[in-house]
Amino acid sequence: MDWRSQASIEVLQQRAELMRRVRQFFYDRKVLEVDTPALSQRGVTDCHLENLVTTLSADATGQALELFLQTSPEYAMKRLLAQYKTSIYQLSHVFRDDEIGRHHNPEFMMLEWYRIGFSMNDLIAEVAELLTDCINAPATDIITYQQAFLEHTQCDPLTAAGRDALHQRLKQRDDTASWMQAETDTDTMLQLAFYLWVEPNLPADRPVAITHFPATQAALARLSETDDRVALRFEIYYQGIELANGYDELIDSAVQAQRFAQDNELRQAHSKLMKAPDERLLAALEHGMPTCAGVALGFDRLLMIATGADHIAQVQPFSVANC
Amino acid sequence: MANYSTNEFKGGLKIMQDGEPCSIIENEMVKPGKGQAFNRVKIRKLISGKVVEKTFKSGESVEGADVIELELAYLYNDGEFWHFMNNETFEQVAADAKAVGEAEKWLVEQDVCTLTLWEGNPINVQPPNFVELEVTETDPGLKGDTAGTGGKPATLSTGAVVRVPLFVQIGEVIKVDTRSGEYVSRVQK
Repeated sequence: MDWRSQASIEVLQQRAELMRRVRQFFYDRKVLEVDTPALSQRGVTDCHLENLVTTLSADATGQALELFLQTSPEYAMKRLLAQYKTSIYQLSHVFRDDEIGRHHNPEFMMLEWYRIGFSMNDLIAEVAELLTDCINAPATDIITYQQAFLEHTQCDPLTAAGRDALHQRLKQRDDTASWMQAETDTDTMLQLAFYLWVEPNLPADRPVAITHFPATQAALARLSETDDRVALRFEIYYQGIELANGYDELIDSAVQAQRFAQDNELRQAHSKLMKAPDERLLAALEHGMPTCAGVALGFDRLLMIATGADHIAQVQPFSVANC
Repeated sequence: MANYSTNEFKGGLKIMQDGEPCSIIENEMVKPGKGQAFNRVKIRKLISGKVVEKTFKSGESVEGADVIELELAYLYNDGEFWHFMNNETFEQVAADAKAVGEAEKWLVEQDVCTLTLWEGNPINVQPPNFVELEVTETDPGLKGDTAGTGGKPATLSTGAVVRVPLFVQIGEVIKVDTRSGEYVSRVQK
């Protein structure tokens, strides 16, 4: 039986030490640790994320209750932010269906934090500090999504002409032509182009923050006030691994409700089940969330980089293959 | 033939690509922080033998290939076809030169080979990893030499040419690794 952990005792010690350092990092900055529930009555609407779902046989009123294992503690943390208006962080296990691979396990640890009054750039600077403090990473480079595309593909992802040129190139590649011919979703096309041409060419020896993603990939980020083609969203890559995703947070309840609706339209177009919007999050935003920036960082991936592991199962006590 | 979703991809699964049956060697899911997941897949084209990489959109379906593998004993060559037989059912299968390809030089009567059939027709013949063949032609060489030197070429009964140690003589039977085409040892008959 494969009952043994694939992680060595040294890696488990490093895992414990990394958790300790992360907690110290936030303790020193007076950021409150919270631990919101893994279960919620609402799931995520994002078309490309799926909750694992479970059912409580009877709630307090004797009714069966469907509960969603959280793909990230985002909604719950934002409700705390709206109520208490203080910076918070969380180290928690999160769950995602359909995600298994070298960098993916359906259950993994997320480090997520929100900083009141921070801009996107303030938060990128803090992520960079955390990477240096916790895993001795060198200084973080910052480049916009548009600039990264221009450098590595000579195409501008923010103009129709640039996107057409990228699409044409993908239609001509032997390894993608079969389905790219019929693909009509611009974001899918851009994400593939990013994966094939930008990601492999990012510097591996230092972290890189990619900023200002297209507005259509805003997720829960605010749009830029100076250029509405882009959102104040960033991602951090280091050593070829996508490590973190952050936003200058959307705090407008009406816009948030629109995003939920757009997500569900996309779900319908992809023949996926629609998800009920989290009305408690909307109520919290309605009450008033402070201006803030937030980021979610894959803790296991951080440990993979620190230990040089090439599979996520090597840094978790147990993975889906033997849990 | 059934379609397979990328979620069902795994090593050994047979799918159609570019009009050719293919076998999946490796499958890796990749996913950006937010957005569409992709499957990066390494496949072997079963007719041309080429190994290529493809990137699919996760969740998409791909046509399956009607491919089966059979363990069959080699019988004989009639000049046009190579005939094989299932030792249990005695059913016979004939493979043409295209399917047999490089395997021709390793076919020994009664040896069990792996035949790949696409829609019932043989497209590939895989000889056993080791075969035993008689040396029909080689330089007499020097007595007392050991296996350490570069050796000499030897032609085998099937026409295959392999490098053998200098002490190997005409009429001897040798064991050859068909994957590398390398001499393994002499066989006592």
